[in-house]
Amino acid sequence: MLVADRVIAIAIMALSAYFMWHATELPIGWNGMTGGPGGGAFPFWLSLVMLLAAGGIFVRSLGEDHGGQSFFDGVMLKSVISVVIALFATIALIPVAGAYIAIPLFMFWYVRIFGRHSWFLTGCLALGTPVFLFFFFEVTLKILLPKGFTEPLFFPLYAMFF
Amino acid sequence: MDTLALLADGFATSLSPLNLMIVILGVTAGLFIGAMPGLGSVNGVAIVLPLTFIVPPSSAIILLAAIYYGAMYGGAISSILLGIPGASTAVATTFDGRPMAQQGKAGLALIAAAVASFIGGTLSVVLFTLFAVPLADLALAFGPAEEFALVLMAFTTFVGLGGDDVLKTIVMICLGLVLSTVGLDLISGQPRLIFGDLPGFFSGISFLVLAIGVYGIGEILYTLETSRTAPQVTPARITLKELSAGMRAMNRLWKTMSLGSFLGFFVGMLPAAGATPAALMAYGIARSTSKEPHTFGKGNIEGVAAPETANNAASTGSLLPMLTLGIPGSPTTALLLGGMVMWGLMPGPMLFIEQPDFVWGLISSLYTANFAAVAINIALIPLFVWALRMPFTVLCAIVIVLCIVGGFAPSQKMHDVWLIAGFGVAGYLLRKADYPLAPLVLALVLGPLMEKSFRQTLIAEQGNVLAFIERPLSGTFIALAALFFVLPLVKYLRKGGSRSIAPAE
Repeated sequence: MLVADRVIAIAIMALSAYFMWHATELPIGWNGMTGGPGGGAFPFWLSLVMLLAAGGIFVRSLGEDHGGQSFFDGVMLKSVISVVIALFATIALIPVAGAYIAIPLFMFWYVRIFGRHSWFLTGCLALGTPVFLFFFFEVTLKILLPKGFTEPLFFPLYAMFF
Repeated sequence: MDTLALLADGFATSLSPLNLMIVILGVTAGLFIGAMPGLGSVNGVAIVLPLTFIVPPSSAIILLAAIYYGAMYGGAISSILLGIPGASTAVATTFDGRPMAQQGKAGLALIAAAVASFIGGTLSVVLFTLFAVPLADLALAFGPAEEFALVLMAFTTFVGLGGDDVLKTIVMICLGLVLSTVGLDLISGQPRLIFGDLPGFFSGISFLVLAIGVYGIGEILYTLETSRTAPQVTPARITLKELSAGMRAMNRLWKTMSLGSFLGFFVGMLPAAGATPAALMAYGIARSTSKEPHTFGKGNIEGVAAPETANNAASTGSLLPMLTLGIPGSPTTALLLGGMVMWGLMPGPMLFIEQPDFVWGLISSLYTANFAAVAINIALIPLFVWALRMPFTVLCAIVIVLCIVGGFAPSQKMHDVWLIAGFGVAGYLLRKADYPLAPLVLALVLGPLMEKSFRQTLIAEQGNVLAFIERPLSGTFIALAALFFVLPLVKYLRKGGSRSIAPAE
């Protein structure tokens, strides 16, 4: 727990420094012409406060005893990591193969392999979700989801509904 | 009298068939979302917001408010039947609701929770109606200086009253504010904080992306570790006999319920406090003023009624500053505010003048939402008992898909979907390390207003910083903000002081 606390505090300090570096592209000081701070001032000084507060958290953690409580539980960490990987893989697949392939694949993985549910339930969810998404987003809201290389397959459907 | 006339006009809007249907739909969806362990009003509103493009903007807000209300009612269902609060706001309901269920009085406890929620919701909407116009009139006198001071005060309430680690709260407020500055500088129009020169950052980071990431993906990751095994659902049957017994029992609790409503309403108005502390406070007061305090925690119906009135009243209370001042009183209302801005309805006093139909339609829909919620809640109890048996993995898969598609829909950019995934993982880690997430979301929503009002004031006053203190209203807010800011320091010193005195005694 203590180690994780320190790592997160350091990560926030690094992030603040990165924000500050970016913020200096615009004037961070008092702009004499308009009478007020420049465009970079707000992000710069707030990032500095963030850096100092995270630094305070880090320094404070040095004085604390090790609680012996671990940040992650082994079994749980494995399931969290596998869900995160599946999520990132699905998002990466959407522009290539389209939402109508990536999302049913994700559903299949989650319900059948991760959740160990029956084939029937898996089938209903993996096939029902894209149908719902198509009618809700594309037909009703006219928001086209990315389709990647499956785009040509949708031309007959477009002709039917638009 | 004016208020009554306006409210009557409002009912003409909210009782239209479309809006009535929307209220019923929203309340039912909210009840289910609230009843699911791990998902509360804020998660529900974040996930459903992108789907509300399907109805006109004013109806969309009514839908979201109905979901907010329904989720507040629904939280009690899993507190009673599973012993796991459906949302953090229903924690206090488990204290007596769970023992009641174990004694075979689950039906009575559910009725008590629904009726108490109704009383709390209705009394607080009456208070809301009375306070809305005076507060909006007061807010008409606000200039940029007052706006800045008010936002500053809202943030310092997190430091002074939030109860979380002070340094971690400050980090989260600053992070939210810095993320809100990404995009184009509002005064000079120059790009800033365009990380990696990605075009997606030019339009800034939408509050919706952060909210879906943190409250959708992050929440699922967080709940993965707690809900691996399916919890035991206590069976509950509702008969007419139980219903009348419940009504009679509730009739004796008017003092507790009205106290809970007032307390909840006023605590709910504070951005840092809200429904969870209000419910805990109401529970504490009910126990200490009770003639039989020893029966609390062992299945006393009063211990269910008190927190349920308070958390519903608090949700109404948090809507008041959002609608009249443009300062949300809770993370959920911050999302409502973000949604309203997205649809071109700028919350604040001008809304009462420019869009009275919308404002009073929304307020009157809160009355109808309460009636719908209590009826649907009691009628659908068997359905909730069945729904709570739904495997968690199925719920997770559906929520994640809704997050991906819902994140894509408003902007139609994959950039936002990647950000959602990133914020989800970051939010999960930060939450595990006890960083509060509410100030982060509030800061991202209020950041543009805070920076704009700060710089506008300084430009108008030719760089005179004292302008914030010289104006009486803004000076008062700044003084209060300073007070909230030093409050943890005072508490710390007093604790340290008493510790050093102790050995001498």
